[in-house]
Amino acid sequence: MKKFIWLLTLIVALSMILTACGAAAPAATEAPVVTEAPVSATEAPVATEPPAAPAEPFRVAVIMPSAINDLAFSQSMFDALTRIQEEMGGTDAFEFVYSDGMFNVDDAAAAIRDYATEGYDLVIAHGSQYGSSLQEIAPDFPETSFAWGTTAETFGVPNIFAYEAASQEGGYVNGVLAATLSTSKVIGIVGPIEVGDAKLYVDGFKAGVATTDPAVKVNVNYIGSFSDVALASEAATTHIAAGADALTGTAQMVVGAIGKAEEANALWFGTQSNQTSLAPTIVVASQVYHWEVALREIITLINSGTLGGQSFKANLANGGEVVEFNPDYALSADATALAESTIQGIIDGTITITLP
Amino acid sequence: MKKIIQSEWVSRLIDASLPVFAALAALLLGAVMLFLLKVNPIEAYKALWDGAFGSTNAFAETLVKATPLLLVGLGICISFRGDVINIGGEGQMIIGAILATWVGLNFTGLPGWLVITLSMFAGFLGGAIWGGIPGVLKAYFRVNEILSTVMMNAIAVQMMNFLLRGPMIDPSQAELASKIPQTARLLEIFRLPRLAPTRLHLGALIAVILAVLVYILLWRTTLGYRIRAVGQNPNASRYAGIKVQRYVVLALLLSGAFSGMAGATQVFGVNYRMITDGSSSGFTGSAGFNGIVAALFGQLHPILTIPASILFGALLVGANKMQRVVQVPSALIIALNGLVVVFVVSSEFWRRRRQRRRLAAAKQNDESPPQSDPEQYQQVESGA
Amino acid sequence: MISELFTVTVLIGILASGIRLATPYLYASIGETFGQRSGVLNLGVEGQMLLGAFAAFYVALTTGSLWLGILAAMIVGALMGLIMAFVTVNLHAQQGISGIGFYLFGLGLSDLLFQKLMGTVETVKGFPPIKIPWFSSIPGVGEIFFSQNILVYGAYLLVPLAWFVLNKTTLGLKIRSVGENPDAADSLGVSVARIRYFTIILGGTLSGIAGASLSIALLNVFQQNMTSGLGFIAVALVYFGAWRPWGVLGGALLFSMVNSLQLWIQVLGIPIPSEIAVMMPYVLTILVLVITVSRVRAPSALTKPFERED
Repeated sequence: MKKFIWLLTLIVALSMILTACGAAAPAATEAPVVTEAPVSATEAPVATEPPAAPAEPFRVAVIMPSAINDLAFSQSMFDALTRIQEEMGGTDAFEFVYSDGMFNVDDAAAAIRDYATEGYDLVIAHGSQYGSSLQEIAPDFPETSFAWGTTAETFGVPNIFAYEAASQEGGYVNGVLAATLSTSKVIGIVGPIEVGDAKLYVDGFKAGVATTDPAVKVNVNYIGSFSDVALASEAATTHIAAGADALTGTAQMVVGAIGKAEEANALWFGTQSNQTSLAPTIVVASQVYHWEVALREIITLINSGTLGGQSFKANLANGGEVVEFNPDYALSADATALAESTIQGIIDGTITITLP
Repeated sequence: MKKIIQSEWVSRLIDASLPVFAALAALLLGAVMLFLLKVNPIEAYKALWDGAFGSTNAFAETLVKATPLLLVGLGICISFRGDVINIGGEGQMIIGAILATWVGLNFTGLPGWLVITLSMFAGFLGGAIWGGIPGVLKAYFRVNEILSTVMMNAIAVQMMNFLLRGPMIDPSQAELASKIPQTARLLEIFRLPRLAPTRLHLGALIAVILAVLVYILLWRTTLGYRIRAVGQNPNASRYAGIKVQRYVVLALLLSGAFSGMAGATQVFGVNYRMITDGSSSGFTGSAGFNGIVAALFGQLHPILTIPASILFGALLVGANKMQRVVQVPSALIIALNGLVVVFVVSSEFWRRRRQRRRLAAAKQNDESPPQSDPEQYQQVESGA
Repeated sequence: MISELFTVTVLIGILASGIRLATPYLYASIGETFGQRSGVLNLGVEGQMLLGAFAAFYVALTTGSLWLGILAAMIVGALMGLIMAFVTVNLHAQQGISGIGFYLFGLGLSDLLFQKLMGTVETVKGFPPIKIPWFSSIPGVGEIFFSQNILVYGAYLLVPLAWFVLNKTTLGLKIRSVGENPDAADSLGVSVARIRYFTIILGGTLSGIAGASLSIALLNVFQQNMTSGLGFIAVALVYFGAWRPWGVLGGALLFSMVNSLQLWIQVLGIPIPSEIAVMMPYVLTILVLVITVSRVRAPSALTKPFERED
């Protein structure tokens, strides 16, 4: 009996892990996004390469706090790097590696230092919690360029770039739209904690609502976590029960809230990445970060010998932020016009967003 | 099995290396996973080794990682010996760090050594409070400590989030729209001195000294004796006149205090400020949990917890390096750590069996039992 | 604003949300109750939940069958339980620490599989709410109790069932005796190992369902670390309930109701910092236990491996 249990358990344990990974392996080749950079580096054809391409690829390492497929903050950077790679002509010209799930600041610091030691041209610390570490590390590697966000702070260090998103701008546009489309005149917001990018977006959204229709009530819920999808979904349900027929939210746990909005047929306004795929019938628009706008400039500067000292803003004017409308959502002509004039107004400065 | 008479020394060596073999077995299983992810396991594990021990800097990083594990682990040695399960290390680290940071940011007029000392004490105190509360609740209100420490962890995280975006926020951030939730940086004179041109800081040395002190506390003082006695048999202790409740509180309080120290050394030795990403592990790196693992690998013995922490720290640091070199998702690293923990804890079985056999053999040969006292084992078993 | 808390809409909202939020806790905590009653502490609940949540979601996504999803979650949870049982029963491993190991393993593996098999956050059509005829049309009560999805109903049916099994059946008697006095149970011919295998596998299965209840019933997505500490709360609630299914129900409901209360407090704009609101369920759970001092002892053999004296 005892031997049997032994054997059985071992077999089961092994088979479980093996089937899990075995199933994973073939799928990995089907979804090339994740493994592409390191694996296919040597296989990429060189024949069609334009002669102007540099002999050495531009090498980037990026540290991200959550997973590359979080449909939020980390994914926005991963997608941007993928786009840059395509633009520059594949892995021969642009190579990037990443460390995901670096929520711990110490581990991130070790990773930043290590990538710098490995001689990457640019090390991106994609999270405002990493700034302090960068300030320590960058002076030790004067030949390496560092970038971090979201912030405008370069600490006056000559090899640190900073980038930030004016997430209040897209928030404002979303807010204007939401206030226009809401018939119940109640709007709900689900947020993680009241800081940084999330707060900026929420404040912008509120400002947009207030200018469009001061009578609309905006209820805000910070659930105190970036990962608790269950609580995020109940927060959405609570908003709906309180009368909201339009919802928005920021950070990766809102995927839990979008489903509840869909069930109640309430509208959803996304941010950070395009969230249309999660609920094609009710997502009106998503503010999407296109970090490649800032990255392009950073890369140009590095190639010309400037390793830092400047900060970049991703906003509607420079295309670093784009409000992507859901083509499947039938937005009325009036609303579309309003959204577009709002975007134009923010771009040319006729609309100024006052934050609290 | 035949009775093989081995020298004491060889036996002990085999005993000590069993967990290492178990970890290797787990890594072997991990190799299969790596292979299926189309990664060369040899290359991957070479990176792991290099990341943990490959250079002076790598080893220093390992020690930096091991420091909070050891400090939390010391606390765990005390509480588990007292038969109190403290899984509130995360929260205790956070509160300790908050208090220490507050001291570091507000007594800027005092000399550096004094502020560092005061801050370490503040960390100790903060952890003691956050551990003492569950202690009192357990001793006097019969609130189970697993429940209260889990809840207190969540409460501490929210306190941190609130303080770092409000009352304690970096004044320069308070003016900006981005409002990064962090405190101001500590003055340079208030930082724990570095021991080499690496990130290794004085905290590591403090932790080792404290390990010796905890050993003395547990085995050479009445206080330690009573904590252990209460842990082994509360009823007998009560009859012997020990105020059991008091020692339950003390066990949790001291345990929390060491976790609080761990939080304080992270701020004063590594980060030089507190930053939150909204979760506890953003600040602690899960040391509050991993410290439990380290202590139990060290058989709840303060001195053995030192190498256990270093090995576990090496695994964590090396695995991160491996992630970077072979570009596997960090999720694999977490799963691998889990496997190692399960395998190592399971290997205890063979060690215990060997020990029992040795004991039986010793009895048969009418010799005095070997020094590795079986009594220690009983405590380990009743600990968790 | 505070007076708004006492309107009918809000009260119904709090109760209905609380009932839903308690669902994953109930499955996981009842499973853990069985384990602890037989003397085994499983701290790996969170890992089992995550693997269950992923298995359910992935199978539902690829086959289109939610019930196959539930089955997959049960199988994965049971397998995790089986390994856990082997490690704790046969190898006498430290239960606290091996549980942490299983937690890490489940956390990592579920995320890895998610990244490799799916690559991005996707959605399924989850279990729809089932309106129980007649009952669901009672004002208020209907919305709270009789318009939930099938897994929510299942969780609440599990409570009396667990109570019955533990207290009124021979199996329950065996489980309790193994947890209280394994030596005596053994001498009476009860196989301590077999009982513990049973309870740990049952616990794993229920944790798997708890995960599934998140990913394909309460929500319709899977995301890395989506349980976010829920599994540890579930373990804590077993202590709150003093190892009794009804007590666990009380704890799960209290915790969840206060959690939905704090969501409402924020929504109504009652001016307290959001962090203080978020803290409320944790603080109140402790406070309630302080006030209602429990006299119930833990099972005597909890966390103690059983070795037959030869």
